[in-house]
This record gives sequence, structure tokens and C-alpha cells, in this order.
Amino acid sequence: MCETCGCDDPAAAPRLTSFSADGEAAGCSGRELLLEQRVLAKNDEQAEQTRQWLAARSVLAVNLMSSPGSGKTTLLERTVRDLAGRWPLAVVEGDQESVRDAERIRAGGVPVVQVNTGRGCHLDADMVDRALRVLDPPADGVVFVENVGNLVCPALFDLGEGVRVVLTSVTEGEDKPLKYPHMFAQADLVLLTKCDLVPFLAVDVDRCIGLIRRINPAADVFTLAGLHLPAGVPGTEPEPGLAAWYAWLDARRRRPDARPRAAVAGRV
Amino acid sequence: MHELAITQSVVDAVVERTGPARVTAVRLVIGRRSGVVPESVRFCFDLVTAGTPLAGAALMIDEPAGRARCRRCAAEFVADDVLVLCGCGCADVAVDGGDDLRIASVSLVPTAAEAS
Ligand SMILES: Nc1nc2c(ncn2[C@@H]2O[C@H](COP(=O)(O)OP(=O)(O)OP(=O)(O)O)[C@@H](O)[C@H]2O)c(=O)[nH]1
Ligand SMILES: [Mg+2]
Ligand SMILES: [Zn+2]
Ligand SMILES: [Zn+2]
Repeated sequence: MCETCGCDDPAAAPRLTSFSADGEAAGCSGRELLLEQRVLAKNDEQAEQTRQWLAARSVLAVNLMSSPGSGKTTLLERTVRDLAGRWPLAVVEGDQESVRDAERIRAGGVPVVQVNTGRGCHLDADMVDRALRVLDPPADGVVFVENVGNLVCPALFDLGEGVRVVLTSVTEGEDKPLKYPHMFAQADLVLLTKCDLVPFLAVDVDRCIGLIRRINPAADVFTLAGLHLPAGVPGTEPEPGLAAWYAWLDARRRRPDARPRAAVAGRV
Repeated sequence: MHELAITQSVVDAVVERTGPARVTAVRLVIGRRSGVVPESVRFCFDLVTAGTPLAGAALMIDEPAGRARCRRCAAEFVADDVLVLCGCGCADVAVDGGDDLRIASVSLVPTAAEAS
């Protein structure tokens, strides 16, 4: 009878892996140490510190997440071009390897720090903290954090951001919210991008928005189109979604709040 | 393999608490609504623990579901997904639990003093 590791419990048996012979023996006679600790406790502590640090400076941090290629950098290039004269802006670029996206943003004349995660598929709170200390963002501004293109892990890692924005492009199909509900469930805003391509696709935009609302009734949803085109191209202006995006940011910039993420998203 | 980062966080958190002591078993709680796939954590575990005090440890994963209550028809049922829908077709459902991502406990090789 072993209550410590449950090794004779038939229900638990299939759950045991990597049961080396001496590991099993030692497991049974070993001393159990209760930890009862959240797996991401360390990340979440750093994220809370970052959140307080940002709040003290009244800086809004925006965590931008999406699949690879949904248009995060394109949106940032455009946003930076339109807003740079109005508010202090800075950008943290997360990428596994290259500095391509940081170069694209720097061309817009805004301070940017590139974080290469190597094999890591997401940014964590520690990486963002270090980038923010380098950027030293001025008060009342906005820091955009472009996460690594991935709809899985970034949903789990709190960066200390004020708001979470999830992009999904119409070319990815309307089922993305159903396939990655965690990511969409935690968004404050969902941007449906590349809507200029709708006429060429068999995608049901209303259904996609309906799915987003079902998973996350509290999130705002805007559509964006033609952001890859240079500003002022006839037929693409005005872009109502872009104006809504700027107004949405401005409303949150005026009251960057320091509520812990747990209170915002109901996370444990 | 997105659970690699989670598994690495488990190992880091355990080693931080237990230091060089050899760990022979790890008990995790991965709720069904946590967004983490237990199978993938199991798959990564040997790889990530190799060369650490957790090498060769047994991994036990408890996978609790959440409890849901429909705000329209008051039905109560098990919630084992992020997307929760009541049998009555209603999505206005209050959910409790099932989103844990926790290290419950570890087993350590008894120290010389304890073994004697
Ligand atoms: N048609 C169309 N294409 C777009 C739009 N926005 C972005 N694109 C194109 O989509 C591709 C990917 O855009 P990026 O902005 O690099 O995407 P990203 O999300 O930053 O990609 P990663 O950083 O690699 O994850 C580029 O070829 C863009 O030109 C849009 O509104 N319409
Ligand atoms: Mg990019
Ligand atoms: Zn991942
Ligand atoms: Zn019901």
C-alpha cells in the first residue's frame, strides 16, 4: 500500500510515466513535500511588479498576440506612423530569431527593443521587464509588445500588460476562435484583420465574430482592411476599424489601471 | 511542442524549492480548462528533467474538471472545456474551477538521517 505516490492505485496507473525501476522504489519510501504552488507563480510575480511599475508611470502596455503572419507588425507600422506625433510610443518586438520586425518599426522613428526568444515560443514577464528597463518609456505613453506569433503559449504567460489584443486574419478561417479558445477568452480586444481579402475567400466574417463573442462576450471586436497598403491609397480610406482602434487605445491610455491580471481575467 | 515551456517552469519551480535533493515523484494538477495538454507535458517531462535532480522521477497528473451552472435553466454539470454550453443551448454559464495549473507535491529521497 502506498499512499504517497498512488503507485498501486489502478485508476492512477496509466498516469504514471518515466517510472524507472529505482524511481518507483524511492517514490514509495520517499518523503512527500507539499508545494501547492502555481506552475507559473514566478512569471506571475514578475508580471505584477511590471504592472505596478507601468502604473506608477501611467504607461499603457499592449500585448499583441496572433498566429504567425496575422498582421501584428503591419498594424504597428501603421499605428506608429499615425500616432507617433501624438503620444509617446515605444515597441517591444518578440521574435524567435530575426530582427526584421524591429527594423520595420524603427523605420517609423519609434524606440524599439528586440527580444529574441530562440527556441521559446512566447515572451515571458522577465523578458518584457528587461526590455522595458532599456526602453525607459516616458509617462502617459503606450508601449506595444508584439508577442511571438503563436496562439497557444502567449495566452498562459502574463507579461504585466494593461490590455491584451488578439489579431486573427480572415485568411486563417473563421474557426480560429474555436480552435484556440484560451487565447480569445482572455482578449480585451479582437482585431479581425485583412478584411480586404474577404471577396476572394469563402470566409463568413459574421460567423467568426459570433464565435468570438460566444467565447468572450466582454471583448470588443473591430475589423481592419488594407493595412499593408501605403496610407492614402484610393478606395482604402477612411478605414473605420483603424479609427476605432485608436479611440480604444486612447480610452485605455487615459486610465491605465493596475488591477492584477487575476482580477481582470479571472485567472487563478 | 508548446508544453515544453510549462514543463520547464515545473522543473525550475521544483528545483528552486528542493535544491539538489533527488526528486522521485512529481504530482501536478492540470485542470481540463487550463489550456495545457497533460499528454504533451508527459511527453516533454523526460527531456526536460534529464540532468536535473528530477531525472527519472514519476509524473502523476490530476486533471480536474470545472463545475458549471446555467444561469438560465439552473442546470449543473461538469465543465471540461473552455467553451461551456448548457444542454438547454444557453452559453450564459457560470463556471468554477478546472483551470488549475499547479504543482501539488513532490517526493524526495529520504535524507540519511530520515532513512536510519
Ligand atoms: N491583404 C492584406 N495583407 C496584409 C494586411 N496586413 C498585413 N498583411 C500582410 O500579411 C503578411 C504578414 O504581416 P505581418 O505584419 O508581418 O504579420 P505578423 O503578425 O507581424 O507576423 P509574425 O511577426 O511573423 O508573426 C505581410 O505580407 C503583410 O503585408 C492587410 O490588412 N491586408
Ligand atoms: Mg511580426
Ligand atoms: Zn508554445
Ligand atoms: Zn441551461
